[in-house]
Amino acid sequence: MATLLESVQHVRFGRRRAAPQAAEKPALERMPQVAAPALDIAPNDPIIAYFVSSPGAVELDKLHLDSPAVRELKAAGVSLVIPLVSQGELVGLLNLGPRLSQQDYSTDDRRLLDNLATQAAPALRVAQLVREQQAQARARERVDQELRVARLIQQTLLPRDLPALPGWQLAAYYQPARAVGGDFYDFLYFEDGRLGIVIGDVTDKGVPAALVMATTRSILRSAAHSELPPGAVLERTNDLLHLDIPPKMFVTCLYAILDPSTGRLTYANAGHDLPYQRHGDSVCELRATGMPLGLMPGMHYEEKETILSPGDNILFYSDGLVEAHNPEREMFGFPHLAHLVETYATDTPLIEVLLNELAAFAGSDWEQEDDVTLVTLQRAEGSGHSMITNASAPPPGDPSDDQSWRTLDEWAVASEPGNERQVIQRLGDSVVDLRLPEKRLEDLKTAVGEATMNAMEHGNHYQPDLPVTIQVRASQSTLSVRITDEGGHAAIPESQTPDLEAKLAGLQSPRGWGLFLIKHLVDDMYVTGDETHRTVELIMSLEGGSNASQNA
Amino acid sequence: MPARTLEANVRHQRPRIAVVEMHGEINAFAEDVLNAAYTDAEREGPETILLNFAGVDYINSTGIALIVSLLARARASHRRLLACGLSEHYVEIFHITRLADFMSVFPDEASALAGPSTIVTDQ
Repeated sequence: MATLLESVQHVRFGRRRAAPQAAEKPALERMPQVAAPALDIAPNDPIIAYFVSSPGAVELDKLHLDSPAVRELKAAGVSLVIPLVSQGELVGLLNLGPRLSQQDYSTDDRRLLDNLATQAAPALRVAQLVREQQAQARARERVDQELRVARLIQQTLLPRDLPALPGWQLAAYYQPARAVGGDFYDFLYFEDGRLGIVIGDVTDKGVPAALVMATTRSILRSAAHSELPPGAVLERTNDLLHLDIPPKMFVTCLYAILDPSTGRLTYANAGHDLPYQRHGDSVCELRATGMPLGLMPGMHYEEKETILSPGDNILFYSDGLVEAHNPEREMFGFPHLAHLVETYATDTPLIEVLLNELAAFAGSDWEQEDDVTLVTLQRAEGSGHSMITNASAPPPGDPSDDQSWRTLDEWAVASEPGNERQVIQRLGDSVVDLRLPEKRLEDLKTAVGEATMNAMEHGNHYQPDLPVTIQVRASQSTLSVRITDEGGHAAIPESQTPDLEAKLAGLQSPRGWGLFLIKHLVDDMYVTGDETHRTVELIMSLEGGSNASQNA
Repeated sequence: MPARTLEANVRHQRPRIAVVEMHGEINAFAEDVLNAAYTDAEREGPETILLNFAGVDYINSTGIALIVSLLARARASHRRLLACGLSEHYVEIFHITRLADFMSVFPDEASALAGPSTIVTDQ
């Protein structure tokens, strides 16, 4: 008996899908003349309805149907067809050519074939389902793999560390959605101590968005490198990005430059969500107009500036937060966000406040639709400690004060490790006439030693030819020691208060004690600077300062 | 004035107590000596390691960081770390940095050795 299983189009859900083929190879080899090509039955071919409604073997010669499939079967030499029907659905055909004996198929043959079809149909259907599921699993795996790549690209390019600026607190939060949007943020460090802050969002998701994000970041970094103002940087980035970006994609992006010594923030905006500035008990939007990047060349970006006073805070964010929905499908929204920035208690980090509010709003079943990115920039409340003061605002130790100052000693040391010991030694000699109490003298020595180490390490990078200058002055009531390095406006690291528990748990570097010690050992500290020099001035009251009584 | 390097001697004073006696300055240059001495002190598996600072005349912030690292090592291996012989100024520094909250500070070696033994017998 020549047996040939022919493929049939699978018409479930109206999709065209090839059913599996099976063939008894030895029979085929013996009967090459009946080997029929794979048959594709159109979904509207009347034979499908016929087969489904009339079970059992069908002799093609006796079938009078205007069906392309029947003509094709006949042309292929098929004489008997047994439909394989499972759960009312045609899943395949068992096609037989003429018997080798040229006799008709007997009743027994047909009963045997019917039984075979009854058992084969569900088995075939199961095989088809397994194959479909395997294909779906492969597709899912491909999508997951793409998401992993997208996430990797994005996370590799986001900054690992936050800038450490004395007198400033920066914080950042980034949570990708499952589908990975194209959010990014970046910090750029300029030699003069200014800090560039970038936040952006690429339309689209997944790998395409991640690649555009990477390109934008590179172009923007190289444009910003030339120290152009923010508007010009966005113009240049837009012109270059426009050449490379796929159609219908664009990037919203805000670029700001902070001068930490003055609190001046210059910014330009390419269609990104407007940052909020909290000042006192009020909030305002930082508005500057400009088209998103990559849409068309030759765009102009408005440039604005604001001043951050001590205590002010600016929130940069992406739309993942404002466009989050609650279970009632209401949006988080800009007014809600503005209200939070305006009213939050400033002793709690703003990012923490926003995330708690978002969690409460979206509920526990929230499926994050888009990346959530938050960056905050806060100027510390105006205590004298560790604040970078404007050189035009003289600290109390300035000679222009009413007090009359006399210089006790002034000298320079090379920036070599260990040289702070020389400074400590000479300082002790230079203040001997002041007859400081022993404890105050030890405190002063350690504070000046630490400030000198900072100057040699962070200001002069231990370049021996760069000097650190020490000036010791006294008035009637105050002792001032100025330690000057060549670091210009370079930020002083260690803005973080050292947390011993975190250090012991390995969560914070064991280092980072210098500024902390200085603050505790002297009564005041001021940092001033110009283009080339940076001066840390340590003040100790000669009349029993606050730290003296505190630490006694 | 050249920086004085740190010297450290380790004495396995009596069962379960090791004493690290230091002379010189605890700064960036002291890292290797201090860590090696601590490793030596750990060798016989003591419950308590006593850092004797009597011969130390200078500790800077880098030195504080080295002591923090030793304290982290001690905590990780459930050892008690004690300090003695610190000048009044450095006792103050140990309080400002809160190191004194994590390692008991004794005036001298005798009081330190008396202290923990009392604690040990209490257990």
